[in-house]
Amino acid sequence: MAFGLRFYIVVFFLYLFLPLIVMAAATFNDSRFPTITPWDGTTLRWFGELWADGGMWQALSNSLLVATGVLCLAVPIGISSALFLNTVSSRAKPFIYALILSPLLTPGVIIGISTLIFWRQFGVSGGIFLTVLGQATFIAAYVMLMVMARLQRFDRTMERAALDLGASQWQMFRRILLPYLKPAILSAAVIAFLQSFENYNTTLFVVGYDTTLTVYIASKVRTGLTPAVNALGLVLILITVAFAVIYEVKRRREQASLARLSRQ
Amino acid sequence: MFAQLKARFGGPLAMAMLTLLGMWLIVMVTLPQLQMIDYSLRPNLLPAEVGGPKDGWTLDNYVTLFNNDIHRGIFFKTLWSSILVTVLTLIVSYPLAYYLAKVATPRQAALCLLMLIVPFWINEILRTYSWFIILAFRGPLNEILLALGLIERPIRFLNGDAGVMVGMVYAYILFMVFPLYNAIESLDDNQIRAARDLGAGTLRTHRRIVIPHAKPGIATGSIMTFMLAAGSYAVPALLGSPGSRWFTQIIYNWFFEGGNWNQGAAYAFLLLVLCIGFMSLVMKFFKVGLGDIAK
Repeated sequence: MAFGLRFYIVVFFLYLFLPLIVMAAATFNDSRFPTITPWDGTTLRWFGELWADGGMWQALSNSLLVATGVLCLAVPIGISSALFLNTVSSRAKPFIYALILSPLLTPGVIIGISTLIFWRQFGVSGGIFLTVLGQATFIAAYVMLMVMARLQRFDRTMERAALDLGASQWQMFRRILLPYLKPAILSAAVIAFLQSFENYNTTLFVVGYDTTLTVYIASKVRTGLTPAVNALGLVLILITVAFAVIYEVKRRREQASLARLSRQ
Repeated sequence: MFAQLKARFGGPLAMAMLTLLGMWLIVMVTLPQLQMIDYSLRPNLLPAEVGGPKDGWTLDNYVTLFNNDIHRGIFFKTLWSSILVTVLTLIVSYPLAYYLAKVATPRQAALCLLMLIVPFWINEILRTYSWFIILAFRGPLNEILLALGLIERPIRFLNGDAGVMVGMVYAYILFMVFPLYNAIESLDDNQIRAARDLGAGTLRTHRRIVIPHAKPGIATGSIMTFMLAAGSYAVPALLGSPGSRWFTQIIYNWFFEGGNWNQGAAYAFLLLVLCIGFMSLVMKFFKVGLGDIAK
């Protein structure tokens, strides 16, 4: 049984990584189409083509712009809702909680569609602005969950101590609560940025005539496919892996320090 | 509610928090959804006709779906396929989640979790695109099968629903693994040992001890996977063929090719109802609440 399970785990991880390896390998194949069979010789020219692709750079800068906008909106909203849920007790709270979680359980396309329809009456059509709004609608809920997780372990006697020692409520918020929440806020910001950067379903409906990087990749895959798309994919994978590893290491350290604190 | 916030944070901060929260929940979450429903109940009119005699609430846009055999077929196909994707994902994920939670040493589990997270952070489009390369008519999978002599001529994997299924299970597997892992991990090892000592075999231990305990995880994972599968646009668009269209593609076409937003809104609302219906059924069946899902 144990052997069977271990064998399954190996097969599973092969299944998980093989596609990405195949895609990365196809970047170096000197073939007009992205494939690894047949191998027409090794080349680096697809990186050059990618570099020279003006559309890609435009899409990349749009994606960065959108992600920045989403951060500015979703992080404050997420923090506020976490603090709200942590502070308030009311009969309406379960309903508000359900409303806060609802964007996570709604298909992304529907968030995009409803945002698009809603803003039409104000004469706003699809573009960067609506993309920011649409994405922030559900990303704020992720931020809330992450901030909430840390907030639940917050010792409120620290808050009371600060107030007793003469701090104003603002000073308490600024000097006690925010520094305590900082690690959670930072990881939430990283997640929010990535979520925005790679979002497709919501973006597809609200992006209008602008293009973000994911929309650009999808359109390339359906029309005019060359291994330059793989080169882009490979670069993105490497950046993401670096991000993921740094993020994980930081999270582990933070957890270890928390564990040490709770042991003392 | 304002009083409680003000007592803790003072007036200005409480005001700012409530404003942000209210703006989000009202302007970004609730009103757009209501507007979408309102749109779906109105006929598609020229701008000049809006507010005129032809304007008014009607169920016509919903009737369209049930009169259109092709669209109705695609709607139900999306439903069945999404359920199938959910079940397949559950079957594939369960052994892994069990291994991570109960068999692996902490070091092994940590390494596996990191390895799981990495592909999850990579764009859905790119993950799907890798399958596009593998499953292509002259791609590596066909070449391997040919070389092994298992098939005589290449198979068109991208021609039916099979490619879409493979791509979806791959794209959403982690939304299943993590809730399952969290649920199984909280099971006391002694329960498994006790079951063994009392003579239960592997299958029976899972059926009577592990799976009942993992219910909240199964529910959460299934809800997320179903929602992502039913609402997926990228996977069917990249790996499907004209013959295997997904309901989201029909919705997209109403908006950007048919130019009939009202019709599109009705279809979008039906998709939402489908997801809410599935979620309520699963929550009822597994007896879990919203609080369990948010974990």
